[in-house]
Amino acid sequence: MTENILVIVEQREGKLNRVSWETIAAGQAIAALTGWTLEAAVVGSGVSAIAGEVAAKKVAKVYDVESPALEPYTPDAFVHGLREFLGKHPAKLVLMPHTYQVRDFVPKLAAALQTTAISDVIGVKHEGGKLIFTRQMFQGKFVADVSFAGTGICFVTFQNGSFRADKVGAGAAAAPVEPVTVEIPAGVVRNKPQEVFKEAKQAVDLTQAEIIVSVGRGIKEQKNIELAKQLADAIGGELAASRPICDSGWLPMDRQIGSSGQTVAPKLYLALGISGAIQHIVGMKGSRSIVAINKDAEAPIFEIADYAVVGNLFDIVPVLIEEVKKARS
Amino acid sequence: MKILVCMKQVPQKDAPLKLNEAGTWIREDVSYEVNEPDAFALEEALRQKEKHKGEVVVVTAGPARASQVLREALAKGADRAIHLEDAAFVGLDAYNTARAIAAAIKDEKFDLIFTGLQSDDYGYAQTGVILAEILGWPHATIIMQIEKNDAGIRVKRELEAGFFQYVDVPLPAVLTIQSGINKLRYATLIGIKQAKTKPMRKVTLAEVQSAVGGNLQKIEKLYVPKKSKNTEFLEGPPAEVAKKLVERLKNELRVI
Repeated sequence: MTENILVIVEQREGKLNRVSWETIAAGQAIAALTGWTLEAAVVGSGVSAIAGEVAAKKVAKVYDVESPALEPYTPDAFVHGLREFLGKHPAKLVLMPHTYQVRDFVPKLAAALQTTAISDVIGVKHEGGKLIFTRQMFQGKFVADVSFAGTGICFVTFQNGSFRADKVGAGAAAAPVEPVTVEIPAGVVRNKPQEVFKEAKQAVDLTQAEIIVSVGRGIKEQKNIELAKQLADAIGGELAASRPICDSGWLPMDRQIGSSGQTVAPKLYLALGISGAIQHIVGMKGSRSIVAINKDAEAPIFEIADYAVVGNLFDIVPVLIEEVKKARS
Repeated sequence: MKILVCMKQVPQKDAPLKLNEAGTWIREDVSYEVNEPDAFALEEALRQKEKHKGEVVVVTAGPARASQVLREALAKGADRAIHLEDAAFVGLDAYNTARAIAAAIKDEKFDLIFTGLQSDDYGYAQTGVILAEILGWPHATIIMQIEKNDAGIRVKRELEAGFFQYVDVPLPAVLTIQSGINKLRYATLIGIKQAKTKPMRKVTLAEVQSAVGGNLQKIEKLYVPKKSKNTEFLEGPPAEVAKKLVERLKNELRVI
């Protein structure tokens, strides 16, 4: 098999999803480790402008994979189109961001090709001539080194923030763009997607908050949310939560941080009773500083905390509120 | 509607996990519980059955201890259970797990298969989608609502950053269910009693072996993540900890 790496860039409604730059950065890093050739593909209908954008980066070639059936996105069309494309342009490694869209079609694509997708990867090593992918397991309590044991294409999806978009190398000259039309017959696409919509106008834009006080399962009961609110008020921050809190209806969905909620990077992220499951961490790991209070010393949130308090939040937060008030008066 | 719910037993959320000596898996002497999104998938199946009649069947792949998940599901109202029982199922990758389940249900005729959107142990988020491909069925992922209509179902998919999308899907289909789609019920005492007489079909590894191949991804080793940050642990009685923390917030981080 040809020794090349293909990055499939994600676009939605004709706009490049910025997280794709992180995947290009990952591809460039793997190309540097292995000496393999890096190529990219944009998949959609009328997406040549995006292909042009990607061609400015350090990649050998960009494929503009087109079919009218690829818009709007459906897993059936993407799998059919990419199977045809990969049949003609085989790659050793196919890289994508671990987005909801990719999660929707890549397991089907890999299974259709009787191969596997190593999902939600956070790092890559090259050891003894073998690529090793690191991924979190058990909700981030452990990390696994995973190798590909098959012979076909190895699909890999990368967790948001695992590689830095600003590290993407530019090309000396624009890479060639090769238009490829894939044939997706009527009848292939079974699902009928409707328009994408937002449930309600977001009442609070947490991305602009400088301080966020965020609560997780450790808050135990709805009535205890008030305690976190008092701390948020005292310190001049916004109140936020991990998914289970919003699922329970203790705080509105628009205050949810994580992969299905908002992604934030405040000056201070104060996590109360949050264990730090991966889906939460991806939404806040870019915070400038992180303070975590949790009773479980093994909680993954402590891996990324600047200041850690192992203890009962119900003992600590009330006195913390008083101390903060004193300091600010 | 006849609905199959794929469920998994995983270590309890706050169970302290230890690595085995080889550093390839966790030590098995921990407490287990049902994978959280799978509990929501079961609840959704029970609600669909209450609305449209039919049958709810639950399936799991794992050692004898995993039957606890099935018994709980039967107590909550599932009609029968299928247990692919072998410790080896724990080590299968998503592709092989899906192939084993597909083999175990080859004589069944379901309208819908639900899985949780991902598991708390491996976190692949793949088994349901792969199962759809093996069966040749359409699928939709990260589902927050399901309405039956004349042509099939209309589901509400959760997208990122607060966006959603309705998708019309013909039946039969596989759906991966998001946590929070509904409110979970508790098993009643009568339910727990009735569960004891409900059918549970055991499937051995040998019965599905021909459908399963070698794992295509191999866990070389499992380890505690290296800390990327220099974390300072603040210790002492609460009042002292609070004072120390405020001092850092003020003088080090300069946020107050």
